[in-house]
Formats: sequence, C-alpha cells, structure tokens
Amino acid sequence: MAKAEDGTDWAGLLIRVRDSRDRAAFAQIFRHFAPRVKAFLMKSGAGAALAEECAQDVMATLWQKAHLFDPSRASVSTWVYTIARNKRIDALRKDRRAEPEELDWGPEPEPDQAEAMEAQEETERLGRALASLPQKQRALIERAYYGDLSHSEIAAETGLPLGTIKSRIRLALDKLRHHMT
Amino acid sequence: MTIRHHLSDPLLMAYSAGQLPEAFSLVVATHVSLCDECRARLGSFDAVGGAVIEEIDEISMGEEALQAALARIDGLPQATRAEPLKPAGIFPAPLADYVGGDLASVRWQRIGGGVKQAILPTGRDASARLLYIPAGTAVPDHGHRGMELTLVLQGAFADDDVRFGRGDIEIADENLEHTPVALAGEDCICLAATDAPLRFRGILPRLAQPLFRI
Repeated sequence: MAKAEDGTDWAGLLIRVRDSRDRAAFAQIFRHFAPRVKAFLMKSGAGAALAEECAQDVMATLWQKAHLFDPSRASVSTWVYTIARNKRIDALRKDRRAEPEELDWGPEPEPDQAEAMEAQEETERLGRALASLPQKQRALIERAYYGDLSHSEIAAETGLPLGTIKSRIRLALDKLRHHMT
Repeated sequence: MTIRHHLSDPLLMAYSAGQLPEAFSLVVATHVSLCDECRARLGSFDAVGGAVIEEIDEISMGEEALQAALARIDGLPQATRAEPLKPAGIFPAPLADYVGGDLASVRWQRIGGGVKQAILPTGRDASARLLYIPAGTAVPDHGHRGMELTLVLQGAFADDDVRFGRGDIEIADENLEHTPVALAGEDCICLAATDAPLRFRGILPRLAQPLFRI
C-alpha cells in the first residue's frame, strides 16, 4: 500500500478551483481522490455502482463548496474525507447529522503557503504513522472510519500523533477569536 | 466563558467517523459550536479520516467518469461564501436549527416540580430533549441504562459538588446514579440526549415516564 509521495500541492490545486474554477486543477484532484472515495464507500458497505455514483456526488460537492475550503485549517484529504463521510451518512444511513456552527473566518484570506503546506504535510505524516501501526490496531481505526464500528465499540486510543494537529487548529481559532473581539 | 467539562475522545472520534446516533450528534455539534478546544480536537480526528482516505487501496472509477464529472460541473454554479448565521440567542446554530428558532420558539411540556422539557425530532436510536429546570430545583434522581449527555445552555447545575455551567457537558453512563440540582440565580436550560430511556427512582415519576418519554 505504498503511496506515491509525489509532493503534489493539493491545496494549491483546490484554491485554483476555488478562485478561478480551474477545470484542469479539478481533473487532477478528481483522478487522485475519486477512486479513493469510491474505495472508501465500498469499504463502508456500498455496492460498486452506488459507490461510483456517490463518489461523483462527492467530487461535485467539492467543486460547489470550494469556497469553504481553507487550507490553513484542513488538508484536502481531510476535507474530501468529511464530504465523503457526510455523503455516506446521507446515502447509506439515511440519517441527518448536525454540524457545528460555521465560524466567521472573514473574507477569504490570502492563503499562507507555509500554513497550507503544513496541514498537508501533517496529513501525510499521519498517513505514514497509520501505515506503520501494528496491523490489528490499524484495522481497528480503519473500521471505525469505514463506519464498521458502533459508537460504543469505538475506542479513541489511536496511537497516532494527533497533538500537533490539535495545537495548530487551536492556534488558528485563538487568532480568530482575538480578531473578533 | 470558561468550559471545564469537555467531550470525551471516543465521542469525538465516533462523531468524526459519522457513527453517532443523531441525538448525540446534535449534542456534540452544539458543544463544539461553543468550545474551541473540542473543535480543535475534532479537527484532529477528521485528519485521521483524511489519512485513511489517503492510504486506502483505490478502486478505479469507470472509464467515462472524469468526462461525466467535467460535464456535470459545467452546469453547477459554485456557491459563494455566505455570511455564517450568527444566532443572537442562547442556542448555537445546530440547536436553533432543530428547534426552529431560539428559546422563544421552544414548545415546553411541564413534567412536574416546575421542570419542563421539549423533545426534539431526531432518529429513534437515541433521543434528545431540552430541559428547563428552575433555579434551585433538583432533577429527579435517576439512573441510566445507556449513556446520557447533558449540555448546559443557560444557568448552571451541580452534581455531587461538581459545577456545570454554560458550554459544560456531563457524560453519564449506566453506573452513575446522579441528582443534578440547578444552582440558585438563573433557571437552568440544558440539552440532553440518551440512547436508552431514563429510569426514575420514585414511583410517581416512573409511572409518568411512558407518558412523557423521558
């Protein structure tokens, strides 16, 4: 399951989609993420045809909601994951899910290149950490995210380095609150 | 506002994984709306989902998938940034959404002793309700068969000398017999969710229970 560390700047591509509706950038994102979303939905119990259709929906949502993407808060993988998860709840569980209040981050900030790369590098580090976990532990995390465990079966002890990610997001929130007062 | 009682890691991870019953999701989303610490922790659990997507063995899309996608987005307007709704009352946006407004829109039912409740429309695997407890009043002593989450929206309550104020969340499981008491000063309003019916200790509340679905 080796992943090509090709250093593609996914956030940069999605910002091109966001700011100039760049179809070539969208196509590149689609080629990388659509087959992953399809696999994710099949692991979650969808048949191939439904998974393909839902993956199309997820990518269309990514296009439509590109204005909500902020590279300093989440990597593109994380963002794609949240859209795919919501699609799964919608299509497979036919359930409604309450979302936290959107924060008023103000007018689109000039993306800070360093911050944006940081979120992506963190996700990549997290991916490597996930891949290097003992098989049993890794399977448990994956099953939780595929929707294969009920909430009472989920144990949050991941063994993954989540502290730095939490701290970075916390810092961004503190900055935002500071600007708001 | 200083929040002292937070969501647990398993709850945040289950919410991130999309595995919570709707009623619990509502409580989590409402707490996260008030609590930056839990919002940041939730962000880190979402990042695990991102890593899972990144590391998955991909399954090829159909041959025409990209063309279909490009054709589809041609007809799709891109939404533009909307000003986030800033609720002016005491209910954060996800809760205001379920209530259909703020405090004034709640249709309370009296359940005795000045205590009122309003059941919110959620899926059946767990139930959510708003509780109105007059200052200084105790919520009937009760135990649980399942898990109960209680989030304070106004006022405060004490349970075994531990104080819960606005934004604080109490996580109770079946081993906890508790008697939350609304503190003097302001009437206490909470959002509570449980995945099993509550059982009350007194005979009267127990008789009333099926009637009021508490």
